[in-house]
Amino acid sequence: MEGIIGYGAYIPRNRIKVEEIAKVWGADAPSYKRGLMLEEKSVPSPDQDTITMSVEASKNALKRAKIDPADIGALYIGSESHPYAVKPSGTVVAEALGVTPEAHTADFEFACKAGTEGMFVALNLVKAGVIKFGMGIGADTSQGAPGDALEYSAAAGAAAFIFGRDKIVAKIVDTYAYMTDTPDFWRREYQYYPQHGGRFTGEPAYFKHVTGAARGIMQNNDMKPEDFNYVIFHQPNGKFPLRVGKMLGFKKEQIEPGWLVNKLGNTYSGSSPLGLAATLDIAKPGDMLLLVSYGSGAGSDAFIFKVTDRIEEVRNLAPLTRDLLDKNKNYLEYGEYAKFRRKIRKAD
Amino acid sequence: MRDVAVIGIGMTKWGELWKKSLRDIYVETALLALEDAGIDRIDSMYIGSMSSGLFVGQEHIASLLADYLGQLPVPATRVETACASGGLALRLGFMEVASGMSDVVLASGVEKMTDVGGDEATYALGTAADQEYEGYQGITFPGLYALIARAHMQKYGTTREQLAKVAVKNHHNGLKNPLAQYQFEITVEAVLNSVKVADPLNILDCSPITDGAAAAIICPADMARKMGKPLIKVIGTGHATDTIQISQRKDMTWLEATYQAAKQAYAMADKKPEDIDLIEVHDCFTIAEICVTEALGIVEKGKGGEAVEAGLTAMEGKIPVNTSGGLKSKGHPVGATGIAQVVEVTKQLRGEAGERQVKDARVGMTQNMGGSGGSSVVHILERE
Amino acid sequence: MSTPSRYWREIPQRYRLEANKCNRCKLIFFPPRLLCPECKNRDLEKTKLAEKGEVITYTIIRVPPAQFSDQAPYAVGIIELKDGVNLTGQIVDCAFDDIKIGMKVKLEFRKLFEQGHAGILCYGYKFVPD
Repeated sequence: MEGIIGYGAYIPRNRIKVEEIAKVWGADAPSYKRGLMLEEKSVPSPDQDTITMSVEASKNALKRAKIDPADIGALYIGSESHPYAVKPSGTVVAEALGVTPEAHTADFEFACKAGTEGMFVALNLVKAGVIKFGMGIGADTSQGAPGDALEYSAAAGAAAFIFGRDKIVAKIVDTYAYMTDTPDFWRREYQYYPQHGGRFTGEPAYFKHVTGAARGIMQNNDMKPEDFNYVIFHQPNGKFPLRVGKMLGFKKEQIEPGWLVNKLGNTYSGSSPLGLAATLDIAKPGDMLLLVSYGSGAGSDAFIFKVTDRIEEVRNLAPLTRDLLDKNKNYLEYGEYAKFRRKIRKAD
Repeated sequence: MRDVAVIGIGMTKWGELWKKSLRDIYVETALLALEDAGIDRIDSMYIGSMSSGLFVGQEHIASLLADYLGQLPVPATRVETACASGGLALRLGFMEVASGMSDVVLASGVEKMTDVGGDEATYALGTAADQEYEGYQGITFPGLYALIARAHMQKYGTTREQLAKVAVKNHHNGLKNPLAQYQFEITVEAVLNSVKVADPLNILDCSPITDGAAAAIICPADMARKMGKPLIKVIGTGHATDTIQISQRKDMTWLEATYQAAKQAYAMADKKPEDIDLIEVHDCFTIAEICVTEALGIVEKGKGGEAVEAGLTAMEGKIPVNTSGGLKSKGHPVGATGIAQVVEVTKQLRGEAGERQVKDARVGMTQNMGGSGGSSVVHILERE
Repeated sequence: MSTPSRYWREIPQRYRLEANKCNRCKLIFFPPRLLCPECKNRDLEKTKLAEKGEVITYTIIRVPPAQFSDQAPYAVGIIELKDGVNLTGQIVDCAFDDIKIGMKVKLEFRKLFEQGHAGILCYGYKFVPD
């Protein structure tokens, strides 16, 4: 039996409210809040990036897994904001955790799906018997161009999952992947901010792939929405995951525990993984979970997990995701946010 | 060992000397010392310079300065113990003369600091700290002393006002030193309201960035006597080290290297703290003077702040400290500071200190410190 | 700008807080050395520092060195870790007014500075409120 043996989250403490951003661009905050179902988003400090958040989320995962980091055979980080264009994030994280040198690492990039890609590969390497433990991390300090709709949602956070065969917290029932070439969102080399296709990111992109993956994995396992206690979708804004859930026949109560986006924003590669971490925080032994990510470009990974008795033992060994989200917040004004996110042009 | 005397001193007005290069400043100063001694040849020279490499991009300055001073081919040695480099230059010169190896030695120091911008100067000075474990964390030189200050305040109840009074006293003294960089009075209020640098230290707690040099000529006392010079003997020298990372010290408020260096110097000179008539100490920051007076045994451990407040170390006090204005008012061209202290004490012992003359001064002490106290050099001078 | 070797060499200390323990006097010290600073013994073993401690002194750096100019003002403190080792490090994620001697802190992995626009990124430990 394979599955998650430890999980951990990390969210920076800085927040900015939708009103604070809207004020600068003369936008109508109430309509943004209604339209996107967003209230505020997390913002990394200047000393935080995909690497540092990955380390902290991984340390929390290790606290729950209680294994020797040196036994981890593969460590994958999915992000669209790897700090280096060339040079892996994974080596830094592996070195900080004590995973080196006998391990495989790779940095994944597939817009917001890169995190679950890392999880997918790490998990399946464990399943294949190639490694004893594998780690998949989704982390991002995503950027939205000033004044663009993305600026209201592009947030920062990380979640890490350790997979193994013993002492499982959530057993893996099945995985599934669904993808086509759909250019709904991209960032060219040397460009600072991403571009997107506006409303094209909806129906032919997010909704098509998320429903495709969800239906595919449910069909393969002969399961229906009511067979799951909880479902976690990628959360680019508040509305999309709720709407896609409704399209598939899920109830709001199944979605809500992992629906963090209204207070967190879109943490890109960290988005659905953080939703999964928050759901594990409240799940009971025997609960069935469906995770469906989405990455522009475009594709979705789907996972079915069955929570085990061990969840009760490990849950409180590391910070709960909702606590990271709700406690110790520090609200920024736009000027400070612009400085933190390097949106101010300074002298060389 | 031969007795050693100071027969010549030189120092020019310190400050932001925009028109002058390192070699200009140095040669001008060293020539004053040669003139004062009434000689034109030396046997050897030592130059204290903390970081000519970072400040002006020039290493190998000993030969360069020997050349420009017209002294080739004498052996010339640059010495470095951060801000204690000057003091160390005197100590090594002393050893060379005392041992009989050389007769006339130039002990000197120089730093040209204003050719780099403020953040680069901050960086250069910061290299006196442990670069891998203090510098890497963004600590600065004022920051290190601020850490000491906060700990001293916590442990002994030293107050922010007491720190300020060190600066006020030294500016008051410096007013009477025509060579000082800053010749103006300041008030406690001005110090407390000055720009914050590294809390709890403000800009007026800090010694300035200065261009300057200082020089002293030493020779065997017998030779000095024959030359008919006022006999200012170097009767004690001490030098000691401590961890350069302050976090590694058992007591962050205590300057062990200064204590050890002073112990050596007192023993060699056969003097006690109460025998000393005046002291020039390394007040790179106000807290430094407080800690140094404790380590020198002038005041009890933890009482440095109270002593300043009570006027013990003032010009008219029991033991005047920093009659020159100290680093605070006179300026702090790091490598030159230790020698400038000797220049001041020599002037006082000769009775040539003008308006700031300490009456009947016979025994004077200098204390020069590197980094946050990782090295310290102490000398005791006496008029025969 | 230095080559990455200087940074790379310190990775075990900066990323994982690797320290030494003296097998004779049992002193734990950081960074590692070839001999025990207390008893000079050379029989040492590798250990890891405690990740929690308390502030024993601190300052707010307002005039930073060049590499840190974008970060000022920032707090730097000396932290006494639970294993008795003192460490100098930045204290982040709290208001300056909330920093007090005796405050409990824990280590977090952060970026310390960048070597210019194109050089390597320099990571290590900082302290956050515990």
